[in-house]
Amino acid sequence: MSDPELEKIKSLLREAYPPQNEELRRDLWAEMQERLSQRVIRVPWWDWALLAAASAMTLLFPGVIPALLYHL
Amino acid sequence: MEGARVEVLERFAAGDAEAFECLFRQHQGAVFRWIVRIVRNPAVAEELTVETFWRIHRARSRFDAKKGNFCGWMRRIATNVALDHLRRVQPEVELPEELPARRTPVAAEQNELRRLIYAAMDHLSPQVRAAVLLALVGEEPYEEVGKALGISTAAAKLRVFRGVRVLRKELSRVGVQA
Repeated sequence: MSDPELEKIKSLLREAYPPQNEELRRDLWAEMQERLSQRVIRVPWWDWALLAAASAMTLLFPGVIPALLYHL
Repeated sequence: MEGARVEVLERFAAGDAEAFECLFRQHQGAVFRWIVRIVRNPAVAEELTVETFWRIHRARSRFDAKKGNFCGWMRRIATNVALDHLRRVQPEVELPEELPARRTPVAAEQNELRRLIYAAMDHLSPQVRAAVLLALVGEEPYEEVGKALGISTAAAKLRVFRGVRVLRKELSRVGVQA
């Protein structure tokens, strides 16, 4: 691609997208603090797998419920 | 001065809240200006600035204060946040708000041209669009574009040229000589 072709595209783009000399007009620290205070409770996948396995066991073999309760 | 900067970065990496606040206040403007160049919307850029620092905060333990370049790392995260946003939002053709009150034929023609350019840009993937906007509109050096996108300078150049080729094809299809 020749330079004049690139320059033509550049000028078209600059016309369509005027320079964004936007400055941040306010301090965002308050929003940041709010975001930081939102504690995300994450349950690891293996905990879900264990729960699913225990549920399946109790459904398939109800006899294991006392043993599971004993280990809780 | 350099020692103090490294100390703040070390404290930040160790999880010190004050050091994080200090870095946030120091760099929020730069992150905002970088993101607004990609997403072209100041309100969205504000939200994404907070998201960027949230990701920075979460990844702090992976940052090496002695070897790492905080600004480069921060810009890379900001670019990823902006790209995620571009991937999420549906491409749409928007006219700028500052339309003239009385539409003259020339103004109408210019608006039509803008609309066609926006439509052509929608054919680019978010990564290519970001590279084109940063390099050709924002006049960022290819090296900086590459660093921000996590690719080499040559790959950044290639991405821009690929974008230009698509734009030329799309614009010539609708009768715009580019």
